[in-house]
Amino acid sequence: MYYTQAGRHFTSYSSDSRLIPFAEDRILLAAIFAFGLFVLPFTASDYWLSGILIPWLCLSLVALGQNILMGYAGQLSLGSAGFMAAGAFACYNFELRLEWMPFPVSLLLSGLVAAAIGVLFGLPSLRVRGLYLAVATLASQFFIVWVIDKFGWFKNYDSSGIITAQDIVILGYEFTTPAEMYVVVLIIVALLTWLAMNMAKGSIGRNWMAVRDMDVAAEAMGLSLLRTKLQAFAISSFYCGVGGALFAFTFLQSVEPVAFDILLSFRILFMVIIGGLGTIIGAYLGSGFILLLPIFLNIFFHAVVGDAIDATIISAFEQVIFGVMMILFMIYQPLGMARILENTLERLRAWPFRR
Amino acid sequence: MDPEILFFLEVLIGGLLAGIMYSLVALGFVLIYKASSVFNFAQGAMVFFAVLSFVGFMELGLHFWLALPVTIALMILVGMATERLVLRPLVNQSDDTLLMATIGLAFVLEGLAQMAWGVEVRRLDLGIPDVPMMWFADLTDIFVSTLDVVAGVVAGVMVAALALLFSKTKIGLGLRAVADSHAAAQSIGIPLKHIWMMVWATAGIVALAAGMLWGARSGVQFALVFLALKALPVLIIGGFTSVPGVIVAGLIVGASEKLAEVYIGPFFGGGIEGWAPYMLAVLFLMFRPEGLFGEKLIRRV
Amino acid sequence: MQVSTLTRRAAGGVAAFATAAAMFAAAPAVAEEEQYFPVPSSRVGPFSAMGTGYYGGIIDFMNYTNIKHGGVNGVKLVWAECETEYNAARTVECYQRLLTGPNGQKMLVFDTLGTPGAYAVINRMAEEETVLAQYGYGRTDAADGTVWPWVFNAASHYWSQIGMKMQFMADQEGGVENMRGKKIVHLHIDSAYGREPLPAMRQISEDWGIELVEISIPPPGLEQQSQWLQIRRERPDWVTFWGAGSGMNSTGMTNAARMGFPRERLVYVTFGGAEEDMVPAGDAAAGTFVVANAVPGRDFPLIADMYKTLYEDSDEGNMTNPDRVGQVYYNRGVGAAVMWIEALKNAQEMSGKVGKAVTGAEFRDGYEALDMTPAKLEEIGISGMVAPFKLSCSKHDGAGKFRMMQWNGEKFDLVTDWMGPPDPTFIRGLVESSAAKFASENGVTAKECS
Repeated sequence: MYYTQAGRHFTSYSSDSRLIPFAEDRILLAAIFAFGLFVLPFTASDYWLSGILIPWLCLSLVALGQNILMGYAGQLSLGSAGFMAAGAFACYNFELRLEWMPFPVSLLLSGLVAAAIGVLFGLPSLRVRGLYLAVATLASQFFIVWVIDKFGWFKNYDSSGIITAQDIVILGYEFTTPAEMYVVVLIIVALLTWLAMNMAKGSIGRNWMAVRDMDVAAEAMGLSLLRTKLQAFAISSFYCGVGGALFAFTFLQSVEPVAFDILLSFRILFMVIIGGLGTIIGAYLGSGFILLLPIFLNIFFHAVVGDAIDATIISAFEQVIFGVMMILFMIYQPLGMARILENTLERLRAWPFRR
Repeated sequence: MDPEILFFLEVLIGGLLAGIMYSLVALGFVLIYKASSVFNFAQGAMVFFAVLSFVGFMELGLHFWLALPVTIALMILVGMATERLVLRPLVNQSDDTLLMATIGLAFVLEGLAQMAWGVEVRRLDLGIPDVPMMWFADLTDIFVSTLDVVAGVVAGVMVAALALLFSKTKIGLGLRAVADSHAAAQSIGIPLKHIWMMVWATAGIVALAAGMLWGARSGVQFALVFLALKALPVLIIGGFTSVPGVIVAGLIVGASEKLAEVYIGPFFGGGIEGWAPYMLAVLFLMFRPEGLFGEKLIRRV
Repeated sequence: MQVSTLTRRAAGGVAAFATAAAMFAAAPAVAEEEQYFPVPSSRVGPFSAMGTGYYGGIIDFMNYTNIKHGGVNGVKLVWAECETEYNAARTVECYQRLLTGPNGQKMLVFDTLGTPGAYAVINRMAEEETVLAQYGYGRTDAADGTVWPWVFNAASHYWSQIGMKMQFMADQEGGVENMRGKKIVHLHIDSAYGREPLPAMRQISEDWGIELVEISIPPPGLEQQSQWLQIRRERPDWVTFWGAGSGMNSTGMTNAARMGFPRERLVYVTFGGAEEDMVPAGDAAAGTFVVANAVPGRDFPLIADMYKTLYEDSDEGNMTNPDRVGQVYYNRGVGAAVMWIEALKNAQEMSGKVGKAVTGAEFRDGYEALDMTPAKLEEIGISGMVAPFKLSCSKHDGAGKFRMMQWNGEKFDLVTDWMGPPDPTFIRGLVESSAAKFASENGVTAKECS
């Protein structure tokens, strides 16, 4: 590591309670962000931007939302794809019916729509918990997608039942190329991530964690369970909704409601667990693993094996490898990829001295 | 009889029989959950793997009655391998971790099955006709398929046997102890690995039974994996830990979703049976948060 | 057969993984003219039976063209594959990945074999100058070439198909006048694809005095008890089944049998009735009608020669199970690939690049100039397998004709010649008005077609 924690003392409360206490970490994060914002759009190929980076960022945002609910507030939910659908179709309808509305406002409002629905479907959390809650939230998943699919109004009565996302226009400028859309996604995702870090570190996050660790105790200490749980549902659904809208507008572009099916919800869940529950960085690492690993395996095996063996066998073999890696990961580090990163950093900090 | 009443009865009976088919799938979940408090995401994949292997062995030329024990042996092997390679390294880990590991297992099983046996859709002929029993239809004008009745009987027998196993035998007691706490069970000398191996093998055999009956109805193919989704509301209503609850809940889910689809669905353009059972499950949870037959938990600070 | 397949797989797998690294290192330099085609296949998951057959047919035809004719006028065909798992998000990723081939060439044509995938990429085609070839699926109003210059429905679309089915029913009933007062149930998967034929179907039903009942099945559709109970109560004269995935399709037939509904009154969609859907249903499938846009069979001269070249004389075939050569999806894949290659020939000639690689725009013009006359089909060796058709600047749908097949328990029997919807002008009108609506909503300026 390029700095050491030893011998450093914070001399004021404000410096001690900063979001990222060490200046070096702040510089590192700023450098990564600057690299993503100023270097990648000009150097990465269109395939990397729109085939890899955009979906990765969008799903990371959704995973972050899921992690807020599951990792921080301890409420197991399986409705994330449903909330994504709500956000995506809300954004489409805001843009369609209120043409004057700037895209960021539509995005914000669609997040709020998802949040409102999230609160509604979060109500059972006051009574049930754990796996039972997860399956109860599945009701929202199926119901939201069914409603959007069934009623033509949401899709402006398109004869094929799909929507075509409008161009993203901000202050009169059209963001249409992969690089431009990537920049929009990156800025929004970075903003919301910063917000999430603040929430997680502040009193809101502490309330969530109190509820997660022992809700009866939290209630006894005067915390309103109703408020805290529903707040977590609202904020989580907001993230899912914004993520879903971005996913639809910058990645899929033409969207069928069934694109947000239960399997997507499951994949978001996998991302959070494998990334690391209750960590911000875990959302990014997990979505990278679940989203990108099958793609890389597919590219890798086609490049390596080519036409030499039956393509069906290759595809099935990729699934096996993916599953094996998932199991190995859980055995090697049950707390997720975020913990692996943390451990690595710890080691680096002690380097060259070993424990 | 009035044709409307007759139709209602037909929908009800059809739903109840469909529900038993769901119970068969849900049973595998309960077994594993009961013994290790793991939500086994791979149960659907196990159904697919088991029945595809069974059909595969038959295609290799094995007779039905030879293929059956061979597949059962294979499923026991899968259960043992799962215990040895996946679960044993994860003893005392959190439920989320174990859930994730079973998801990995699901990918492995799906991939292996497709690698070994290919992706073609197979037919499975059990020799049980999936057509209405005519004597019953003549008598009552209600169509009930022979296969459904057989499925109901199979499910009933399996549930009864497993319920006895859990409540009356020493193994069952051990299973329940393990479910409460891995560490505590180990410390009083319950052989965790044997227990788990047995449960996973049994779940594999249950998966084979479910797969054979479903495969006979709709072909042996990848879509069988999705049967797991149909089992979820059954689990919620029945409780994850109750074997008899699975049957009762299956009947409730089957009957209610069919009745909802037939009588309420047309007002909304149909297709509501996808979520109707989940809504029903949520309603149930409002009154019984641990499911119909689930163990009531007392929470202390 | 199965034993040999297994050993072949195992041996192939071991050998391939062993030599993998060596092959990776040796990337061949482009010496001769090549033309790159993308293959976004779905080989695993619930749609694998469909994907392996269809893309197997496509790859086999390209391979066959290389072996038999040395490519297209000397231009060798190359391709790259990407696994979509029949999932919209992965199809988008595959689209981006396959956009540029391993040899640096840009793709000319994209074929997703499925409505979800096609919808996910349909708006990118004009910008990327790539043809979206929807071989009998996908967005119907794309048949209007003025609004969708880059999208084609080469084997016709769902509205012609439903029209043809209703004409078939009318013929069976002894004429359109006998259809009055009849009842048809449209039993469909609860998705955009399932509802796609409805605009045409509702209108024809109204004109003919048919009572149309719509019943939907939530995917994956392994349980259709309630739907078929409703059908039993409705007592319809015909059922049109519009499913996806062989689980849903075969369950439809077994449930019809359970309810005692005659299979001779059950008409399946092109994507519902292949051998993979019929065989699992067993005896229950016998009698079911299925619409074909590419007729199965190994007797067509092209298919027979492909089988001989790729599976008997060599081991170059793509199908794991050679028995599937000549089945519904395989032949449909060959039919799609034939369009690609014919379009490529046209493009080479029209742009004066015979023997050279062409661009997406040139390929598009070549595709639009497709004129599959009976003589040409005969020459290719697929006479009777696909219907003759001619595309034009505005008309992007194929013949609009299909053949009705009936499953006899073992294989498909053809029961009609090529036939189309009762009123093609009406279907065309629907296409144009729907496309016009899309154009006005999305600010698309319709192209002028002289």
